[in-house]
Amino acid sequence: MRHVISLLIENESGALSRVSGLFSARGYNIESLTVAPTEDASMSRMTIVTTGSDDIIEQITKQLNKLVEVVKVVDISEAAHIERELMLIKVRATGKDREEMKRTADIFRARIIDVTDASYVIELTGNQSKLDAFIGAIDPALILETVRSGVCGIGRGDRVLKL
Amino acid sequence: MVLTGAEIVIRCLQEEKVEYVFGYPGGAVLYIYDALFQQEQVRHVLVRHEQAAVHAADGFARSTEKVGVALVTSGPGATNAVTGIATAFCDSIPMVIISGQVPTAAIGQDAFQEVDTVGITRPCVKHNFLVKDVRDIAATIKKAFYLAKTGRPGPVLVDIPKDITIAKCDFEYPKEISMRSYSPVVKGHQGQIKKAVQLLLEAKRPMIYTGGGVVLANAAEQLTKLTRLLGFPVTNTLMGLGGYPASDRQYLGMPGMHGTYEANMAMHYSDVLLAVGARFDDRVIGNPANFAEEPRKIIHIDIDPSSISKRVKVDVPIVGDLKDVLDEMIRQLEAAPTRPDASNLAAWWKQVEDWRSRKCMEYKNSDEIIKPQFVVQKLWEVTGGDAIVTSDVGQHQMWASQYYRFDKPRRWLNSGGLGTMGVGLPYAMGAQFAHPDMPVACVTGEASIQMCIQELSTCKQFRLPIKICNLNNRYLGMVRQWQQLFHGGRYSESYMDSLPDFAKLASAYGHVGIRVDKPADVEGALREAFTTHKNDLVFLDFQVDPTENVYPMVQGGKGLTEMILSAEDL
Repeated sequence: MRHVISLLIENESGALSRVSGLFSARGYNIESLTVAPTEDASMSRMTIVTTGSDDIIEQITKQLNKLVEVVKVVDISEAAHIERELMLIKVRATGKDREEMKRTADIFRARIIDVTDASYVIELTGNQSKLDAFIGAIDPALILETVRSGVCGIGRGDRVLKL
Repeated sequence: MVLTGAEIVIRCLQEEKVEYVFGYPGGAVLYIYDALFQQEQVRHVLVRHEQAAVHAADGFARSTEKVGVALVTSGPGATNAVTGIATAFCDSIPMVIISGQVPTAAIGQDAFQEVDTVGITRPCVKHNFLVKDVRDIAATIKKAFYLAKTGRPGPVLVDIPKDITIAKCDFEYPKEISMRSYSPVVKGHQGQIKKAVQLLLEAKRPMIYTGGGVVLANAAEQLTKLTRLLGFPVTNTLMGLGGYPASDRQYLGMPGMHGTYEANMAMHYSDVLLAVGARFDDRVIGNPANFAEEPRKIIHIDIDPSSISKRVKVDVPIVGDLKDVLDEMIRQLEAAPTRPDASNLAAWWKQVEDWRSRKCMEYKNSDEIIKPQFVVQKLWEVTGGDAIVTSDVGQHQMWASQYYRFDKPRRWLNSGGLGTMGVGLPYAMGAQFAHPDMPVACVTGEASIQMCIQELSTCKQFRLPIKICNLNNRYLGMVRQWQQLFHGGRYSESYMDSLPDFAKLASAYGHVGIRVDKPADVEGALREAFTTHKNDLVFLDFQVDPTENVYPMVQGGKGLTEMILSAEDL
């Protein structure tokens, strides 16, 4: 089963490798991992997307909690939550493809943020499946470059991950 | 008071009441060694290899309740220390390792004797630090000691670049430390303890299974009280030996791969299993699928939540300090209106005694050739069962654990988790420093002892009267045993040819060396070592039966009930 784990960790050098090292050493999967400081610069927030049985997810949560620099761990996918991912995609945009690409971007509520006479850079935010769908909707031959941020997640409503 | 970083390091160790630092100097730690030289409170033990420094500090910690401390230089000093650190990590031993690092400006430049020590040790420490500012040294060392000994203990490494040891700042040692990201649970959950007590009172076939956690938490007294109060059978794992007195009737011996028949059967067929500071590891329960076939309720007390329900699903988890939780259990049991049903318990004991009557620890002694088990039995007799015994890893380790009966905790030091050959002599050194007046014996083999044999020199320098009992069978015995049983008798690289004359080697180092060839001479040699040569290091080189195997045995991947009891079962 797919889980989205959010954690607060001391913003110290090496903290990221402690987390990624834990996953590789114990053979857990990482589908994506994002990290950046929070409003409190001494703390970073990570979102880890992983897959595993309930037993494995329980161990992942416990092992993460055991890391000395980890302040808090929550499996946000246990309840209502929101996931977003950012994608920047550079596509070839010439001739009739140029107008078609613009139309597809509009349908997905994507934004064209860089234009040359031969290419667009399109910015698209959404959950993973929306980003996948956009890639599926355009001609693969036109894709020059793709970069995705990995998933950021947050609980809905009153659920807050804070110190 | 303005001090240099090096002086601050030593002042911190003084504040932590560190008696011994085990280490080896080098370029990156020269200033720390200079500061060490100019004081007398913290004593330094110069080893002959950094691996032994960490093992000795580890042995010191295992035989006491204190944090072991090691000091090594950058690069090879640190990499040599890694085996020692990993060994301590696997057995949750509280230690602080201070390593030198190249100057801050040189980090990342592939400088002489530079390695990423924090990176290399990250997976085998409880935590580690790279100190980048002299003002952080005191707080970092304070944190290191706090982390090492609280919660589930473990080694903590502090890496200090050379320029930081020269820089100066005002020194004040923090009195308290608090870390928002680290607050180990101490008190067990009352409701869970209540549930556990209820289960124990209703059990028909109860069993108590305890591990190294009991020793580490200094909870042997509580465990003994609880076990006697309940009247249940009890087993201690390899790491937990001495947690409950081995000579007591309720004690069934060690469980697991080379455990007793009765302990394994009682573990397997229990209806309520109380696990205390143990982790259901592969050498104890064998195949978890086989273990899970028999229905039973499991209560698991551990300081580390991640140890619970890791390999075996647990019904009543209790996270907390063992001493605290066991005290509370005892309190609730004493207050309980009922007792475990006497007739059920009697029937269960009858079954257990039936298993015990198989006498699985019996072996065929010989007048011709020394049996290794016999040496350990005699060692037990000669030392009155009250020596500190260290071992290396292999057959001799199993025989020492099976035939030396430990009645007290912190008497048995061995590498259980990592299984590191070479720990025996340095462990004995650490234990002898901690207990200068106690007999310390190192049960080893001719292969293991050669992995840290250079420490005979350290023993000479510090006049450590360790008694080395070398069970010399001219084989990597455990490897040979597996090759005999599971690899068609193809003894690939397990024969130890070209052995030194260990007795002469010992005397070359200035020690007493005795070679023992006949069973009739075993006891005499041991008595001579522990009496005539009480104050000397004695290397007893016992020429033992090269074909002897360790039994009983649960083959890797099999279940606890599928035991090979003796050679006749093959």
